[in-house]
Amino acid sequence: MDYECVIGLEVHAQLLTYSKLFCSCATTFQADPNDQTCPVCLGLPGVLPVLNRQAVELTLRTGLAMQGTVATSNRFARKNYFYPDLPKGYQISQFEEPLIEGGCLNIEIDGTTRQVCLNRIHLEEDAGKSIHGENLADPNKSYVDLNRTGVPLMEIVSAPDLRSPAEARVYLQKLKTVLEYLDVCDGNMEEGSLRCDANVSLRPVGTETLGTRTEIKNLNSFRNVQQAIAYEMERQRGVLENGASVVQETRLFDAARGVTLPMRSKEEAHDYRYFPEPDLVPLQIEPEWIERVRQSIPELPDARRQRFVSQYGLPAYDADVLVASRAMADYFEATVELFPQPKIVSNWVMGDFLRELNQAHHRPDEAPVSPTRLAELLRLIDEGTISGKIAKTVFEDMYRTGKGAGDIVAEQGLVQMSDSDALREVIEQVLAGHPEQLAAYRAGKEKLLGFFVGQTMKATQGKANPAMVNTLLRQLLQ
Amino acid sequence: MSDGHIIISEEQVAHVARLARLGLDADEQRRLTDQLNTILTYMEQLSEVPTEDVEPTAHVFDLVNVYRADETGRRAGGTSLASQEAALSNAPETEQHFFVVPRIVE
Repeated sequence: MDYECVIGLEVHAQLLTYSKLFCSCATTFQADPNDQTCPVCLGLPGVLPVLNRQAVELTLRTGLAMQGTVATSNRFARKNYFYPDLPKGYQISQFEEPLIEGGCLNIEIDGTTRQVCLNRIHLEEDAGKSIHGENLADPNKSYVDLNRTGVPLMEIVSAPDLRSPAEARVYLQKLKTVLEYLDVCDGNMEEGSLRCDANVSLRPVGTETLGTRTEIKNLNSFRNVQQAIAYEMERQRGVLENGASVVQETRLFDAARGVTLPMRSKEEAHDYRYFPEPDLVPLQIEPEWIERVRQSIPELPDARRQRFVSQYGLPAYDADVLVASRAMADYFEATVELFPQPKIVSNWVMGDFLRELNQAHHRPDEAPVSPTRLAELLRLIDEGTISGKIAKTVFEDMYRTGKGAGDIVAEQGLVQMSDSDALREVIEQVLAGHPEQLAAYRAGKEKLLGFFVGQTMKATQGKANPAMVNTLLRQLLQ
Repeated sequence: MSDGHIIISEEQVAHVARLARLGLDADEQRRLTDQLNTILTYMEQLSEVPTEDVEPTAHVFDLVNVYRADETGRRAGGTSLASQEAALSNAPETEQHFFVVPRIVE
């Protein structure tokens, strides 16, 4: 039987706030253990949570940008479970009344656009972090750091609209980009500010009823999302083809082995006994606030891609690559402002610039070569001061040293040779130095023109103006 | 002993105890079931109050929209409101500024 895969993703995005969701502790990553805590997030008796307004604002911005509906009246709920990194014994979350209902995200798959529906977006607090056993010290102990406890998370729950591991990956990548554009989450999966759980089930092709699903946790990279779902699909297919039933359970992805494994039952107790959080009053989001947030939504990647094509005349491919990261698109636009030849800028940004960024693991805004510096380099090429070939070396030096293009060109004497008398002299020497090749050329072996060009470039350490070398060579070889 | 009115069974008490990781022996389990039934039976009197004309409430105060600004604490030289030392001071065991608990996963 042919099966169809049905996937829904639950994405936890850490909101870019300064302070935690219900107290004034900082949210900084990698502080000293338990140094960013207070009686509220430590769950000490007699304390009261007070909601961070900015966390609500960022969730509203996300929901509105994805065409969701803001629930005008909503409240928080307690999700009860026992775990050492959850000091209160419950997580403050939202259950029956999430802040945002519905919404959608468009993704591009094989050149076509697909709309993925969202079920809801709600606000909740994060739990702490545990390090187990010998990873810190004693193999028989676990070690708990509560700095992350109470950090605001937005949980974005998609409908079961995704049909393949690749689609799930594309959806997550798109979601990350949109969150980055909205400035609500830094999207750093390694540091855990974007985390993903996948609900996966199979059903016979052509049927509508959903099959029994498993939930895969611990997916901390795009690659893992795709791999884990692909593995889980095949595992479930095997179960079904053997005539057995898929067991509804939570599974963990083991990235090293590329497999999903059932979580131990003792870690899992899906009996959360939700009830309304009595320590927090309900929210009634005023229409004025919603309107204000709606006005503040910046240009999103799809709109920016279209504008890059229409305003700058870029090929769709270039526009895609550039808008995939807001910082990259900003870098491109800042450079074009100073050097208004968009396609040339695009080539450099997608080529040499991106390569250096990847090697150095820099974000565009951390690069030693600023848009101003790149524009300066491009002007030197445009004015004929340096050749395009030498510019590539100059760019590498700029990136390595942080110096300007002009300084590097002056220091290393890289100014292009465009003096025709001087060039003619060099070429005459080259021809005189290679009598055999010259004779062969004159006898009809015209391919040797390239050889002479090469020798001339070599004789000038690459500084000769290539167009002039070509013209002069042809004249002298006549 | 309660008056024999059963609202919560011994199995439910065992289940809730497990969720809270409380290790109850058979005696404790029986005793707590009785006590909980006494309490719940007493609380059941509330269901005699007529509530047809009462709006559902999520909170005892007639208040909505209580927020704080997104600002961090101002403890000198740091960003949190409790010192790390104070945060850890009630812990039975600490190690390199972590709370220490029995190993959670194998």
